[in-house]
Amino acid sequence: MASDIAQPAGTHGAQIQHPVTSTGLPNMKLAMWLFLASDCLLFGALISTYVLYRGSSIVGPYPSDVFDIGYTSVSSFVLLASSLTMVLALSAIQRGDQARMRIWLLATAMLGMTFVGGQVYEFTTFFHHDHLSLTTNLFGTTFYVLTGFHGTHVAIGILMLLSVFGLSLGGRITQDKAETVELIGLYWHFVDIVWIIIFTVVYLIPTGK
Amino acid sequence: MASVSVPAGGGRGRGLLARPTATTGFWSWFTTVDHKKIGILYGITSFAFFIVGGSEALLIRLQLARPDQNILKPSVYNEIFTMHGITMVFLVVMPLSAAFINFLVPLMIGARDVAFPRLNAFSYWVFLVGGIFIYSSWFLGGAPDGGWFGYAPNSVVDPSRGMTFYAIGLIITGIASTVSAVNLAVTILNMRAPGMTLFRMPVFVWMSLVVQLLLAFSLPIITVGLVELLFDRRFGTHFFDPAAGGDPVLWQHLFWLFGHPEVYILVLPAMGIVSEILPVFSRKPLFGYQFVVFSGIAIGFIGFGVWAHHMFAVGLGPVANTAFGISTMIIGVPTGVKIFNWLGTMWKGDIRFTTPMLFAIGFVAMFVIGGLSGVTHAVVPSDYQQTDTYYIVAHFHYVLFGGAIFGLFGGMYYWWPKVFGRMLSEKVGKLHFWMMLIGFNMTFGPMHILGLQGMPRRIQSYPASLGLDFWNLVSTIGSFTIALSVLIFIVNAVSSFRKPKGMEADPWDARTLEWSTTSPPPEYNFAEVPVVHSLDELWHRKYAETEGGRVVPVAAGGSGTEAHPPQGDGHGIHLPGPSYFPVLASIGFPVLGYGIIFNWPLAVAGVVILLTGLFGWALEPSAE
Repeated sequence: MASDIAQPAGTHGAQIQHPVTSTGLPNMKLAMWLFLASDCLLFGALISTYVLYRGSSIVGPYPSDVFDIGYTSVSSFVLLASSLTMVLALSAIQRGDQARMRIWLLATAMLGMTFVGGQVYEFTTFFHHDHLSLTTNLFGTTFYVLTGFHGTHVAIGILMLLSVFGLSLGGRITQDKAETVELIGLYWHFVDIVWIIIFTVVYLIPTGK
Repeated sequence: MASVSVPAGGGRGRGLLARPTATTGFWSWFTTVDHKKIGILYGITSFAFFIVGGSEALLIRLQLARPDQNILKPSVYNEIFTMHGITMVFLVVMPLSAAFINFLVPLMIGARDVAFPRLNAFSYWVFLVGGIFIYSSWFLGGAPDGGWFGYAPNSVVDPSRGMTFYAIGLIITGIASTVSAVNLAVTILNMRAPGMTLFRMPVFVWMSLVVQLLLAFSLPIITVGLVELLFDRRFGTHFFDPAAGGDPVLWQHLFWLFGHPEVYILVLPAMGIVSEILPVFSRKPLFGYQFVVFSGIAIGFIGFGVWAHHMFAVGLGPVANTAFGISTMIIGVPTGVKIFNWLGTMWKGDIRFTTPMLFAIGFVAMFVIGGLSGVTHAVVPSDYQQTDTYYIVAHFHYVLFGGAIFGLFGGMYYWWPKVFGRMLSEKVGKLHFWMMLIGFNMTFGPMHILGLQGMPRRIQSYPASLGLDFWNLVSTIGSFTIALSVLIFIVNAVSSFRKPKGMEADPWDARTLEWSTTSPPPEYNFAEVPVVHSLDELWHRKYAETEGGRVVPVAAGGSGTEAHPPQGDGHGIHLPGPSYFPVLASIGFPVLGYGIIFNWPLAVAGVVILLTGLFGWALEPSAE
């Protein structure tokens, strides 16, 4: 009985060949977009909290005492550069070039790790040198939680990149699985864009004290 | 497409665990990814929590039956009413709605399953472990006792561990709901059968879609609030600490920015259910289908712009209060539109007063009362008087019990034959309905009076001299009447399983696709994927209209569905295989939660379990 007419298959089938869906978008991609939309609200609420409490700390250190804009600009540049390598990885696998994809995936992960490493270094400097901890004042509370949430997102992205890299070594990421790389790319670019907002709101706009 | 009817073989040695194969028997419930079985799991679990939360309500009513009683001491009373609220909102009405949405949506849109079946199972298990996690607080240092909305700074300085359990537990159930929201929204948008355009979808599917989007966009906000609460409690941060410059009102904003859409998350599925039941038993199409759909969408949108009406007494200032007073009145409009659509559906209909129909009518009537008392809150000066009194308690029980719970019970009577292949007794069902209606109005009607007399919420007792005794006693008697009616329902449910299985496909002469397949539906839902030509597809397959406007049955053998729909044998239909990983990964969350509260190595173990589950899941060979 021919019963599979134009019927969207489950997840497993979906990765092998794109089944016809009602919107034309693959299920996984639509799901990723919805998740990212939902995640926007997560960062929206966190950034709102930060903005609401800007300049409300009763005791120091204050943002102007601890920030090294030059340093953070460089690490921001590193993170943004990783979006380029992510695009190159996707473009490589869409052409079926697995070797190049592996190189660019690894490069993206390395750049991401450089950024997270820079963040860890920044946190430890603030903590030991400037004596700013999570509990020192409202600035410490909101700064560490907001940037920490973002750093966790980057770390999860790195984990996904390295997982795909590992799978591709086993030859399991082929041209027809390019969507997997594309999905991670969507997530990765989203996390980068969020960082642009955080960098602007937290570092670049002066608080006054 | 290479396909097998039943998942064959136990994987091919790749992956962490051999893929489970059993699709029947006790253990298959742990590995199932079938949306119908998961729907039933949601139903059973939430009903169990309904009994627990209901028992907590009875304890509250016992304590308040007479003045100056001390059946529950104040600290325990605080825990009981907090847990009653958390249970009924997060562990009863939300998952009970999820039960209907899971079971029905794929059937109604002509799909074989949801978009991501294993993710669906994961959502259920995470919800279950989240609920158990919250309830384990009773044995691990005290249950949450700061009210279901956990206002700071009270929730921060509270010395028991309860509110930490509250924060982590609700984050866990929130993850479950977010995951399921994405999954179900993709299902509705992407998995529709050929011809099932958006405006041929049953209203229940529409309302489900609106609810999934509300969940996806409101849960992250409360998650941030809960994380901040958790950090304040566990790590000494200052989010809600006025002494360090923090602002407890931030919590209220974050909470109600989620909390008000949540109200519609609770009631829209019930509205969808009622919109399915009323046309069937009035033998008329839904009056103004588009209006009902657009009203539902409008409610979803405006629902994000009214949150501060929960905070009129906080002191946000006249401009904010006026703005939110107006937006609250505006949201009454699409709700009112729906009421008239339902009345218009019944108007001059050929009404059959079956049990589902009685519950649907009960829903409309009770929701009108709750809606009207809700509009009185939109008037700011009036709200100043009502804030934190029993008037508020009366109001939200009329919309959430008289509304949501009545609608959900109506849905149970209506779809029971579809889900289990057996009918619930109509006679017992009607007894259940009338007892519940009377008990409900006895319980919550008098609370309007008590509230206007000034009785505050969340007090453990009241002195005899205040003149509050009579209506409190009436309310307590009413609550036990409700309990009795629920007992009657349980008897009805259990005795339905004594009847032989094997219900006709379409016992109610209904209108939507789920009734075109067998009762209960086969694992693959439809032997042949239906092709849809109109709204109320099944009705149009069964009936045609003459030129004079008379409805006549389509001759047998036409394009209609026969009494016994084509069974097919299910060969050649590829279904996703069951999996251990959703349940395994879900266990990581409570372990991580206990770890955050008690010791860090445990938290690490939780993350390891979660990651193991997720990696095993990603690498799991498909069953082909």
